[in-house]
Amino acid sequence: MEYIELFFKSIFIDNMVFATFLGMCSYLAVSKKVSTAVGLGAAVVFVMLITVPLNWLLDQYILQPGALKWLGAEYADYDLSFLSFILFIATIATMVQLVEIIVEKFSPSLYNSLGIFLPLIAVNCAILGGSLFMQSREIPTLGLATVYGVGSGIGWFLAILAIAAIREKIRYSNVPPALRGLGITFIITGLMAIGFMSFGGMLTGGDEEGAKEEKTVKVETPEADNVKELANNTKEIN
Amino acid sequence: MALLSKKDTKLITDPLLDNNPITIQVLGICSALAITAQLKASIVMALSVMAVLAIGNVVISLMRNIIPSKIRIIVQLVVVAALVIIVDQVLKAFSYELSKTLSVFVGLIITNCIIMGRFEAFALANGPWKSFLDGIGNAAGYGLILVIVGFFRELLGSGTLLGFKVLGDPIEKTGLYALGYENNGFMLLSPMALIVVGIIIWVQRSRNEALIEDH
Repeated sequence: MEYIELFFKSIFIDNMVFATFLGMCSYLAVSKKVSTAVGLGAAVVFVMLITVPLNWLLDQYILQPGALKWLGAEYADYDLSFLSFILFIATIATMVQLVEIIVEKFSPSLYNSLGIFLPLIAVNCAILGGSLFMQSREIPTLGLATVYGVGSGIGWFLAILAIAAIREKIRYSNVPPALRGLGITFIITGLMAIGFMSFGGMLTGGDEEGAKEEKTVKVETPEADNVKELANNTKEIN
Repeated sequence: MALLSKKDTKLITDPLLDNNPITIQVLGICSALAITAQLKASIVMALSVMAVLAIGNVVISLMRNIIPSKIRIIVQLVVVAALVIIVDQVLKAFSYELSKTLSVFVGLIITNCIIMGRFEAFALANGPWKSFLDGIGNAAGYGLILVIVGFFRELLGSGTLLGFKVLGDPIEKTGLYALGYENNGFMLLSPMALIVVGIIIWVQRSRNEALIEDH
């Protein structure tokens, strides 16, 4: 139950894009076409699936105050938490390099269309943000950290997919010239964020909220399948 | 001005308006939006980014001939991460309350696209002095938007500026509140930051038609 709750919380209530504004740069830059958005979204989900649990282990066994106890009693009062930025970003940069190599080898067309943005996943704030929030919210177990990583990744995926679809359609609308492109995208994202705020009551409400939750599960299934597929594919690749 | 040639001045003034990192280059949006509910936090964030970007640009520019291009991203990340750790520790030491407000967003300066973007686009190809000016200019352009957004959100959202009650006291009904004015609490919520930036872009592009996109 705890797992499901955290999963939905990280997708909807604490949505990376709409609640904390992380990963906005690539969200705005790569959302002109749905197909590229899907590719980048999948890459983000995959990288988060790996980096958040990895960074959880680093945090638990190296960085936290007293985490070095397993090395011996004399290390018990070390506090290395100031190193977390540099260790987290190193993990992420390495994993991104790995994903880049895999994508280049197995899907050159996706590699070409993602272009410069694949190395830029390393500097996608959503991914470092996922690890930093995982640390500051003190997520207790490895399993929960994994669920949190996947959930946040899917939340980001969902957001970029939605805005890409809207931007493809809005091309045919009569937007005031000065708002075209970036301006209108900002305002739409703001309105979507207001919409997502209504999810805030999802997990705190009573019984009547149950029905609503089930509905969102249904909507979510295809996404979850995609992720599973992606995970399976990458397992094969590895 | 003997210190700054015409070209050098352009490096600083260009990113303020016509090549603004946030509204034109679309870099560094994340932190711009999340911490702008208060003017003070916006200013501190802008200064932190300026310190990191100016120093980082100089360091990268000095090392530009010895960094192998294949691993340059990791090298850049290490440089930024080291600088950000210093900024974070300084903030924790001298202004603990504020560093709590900014929470993870100081750490997220590492992944602020402005920094990587300027390293890639400028510092890798130019000398240290020019890179320093470019860093200051771009961070100032970024800070300008942050301060504008922070100003409007704090003024309209809580009726204060930098913590001073400029519009009067909402509880004792002085100043504007005596006329029945109410704070717009919505401005404090995060979606309004996006809409405020959208409006800034609208104003900017209406004034300079060359910046208008196709769709």
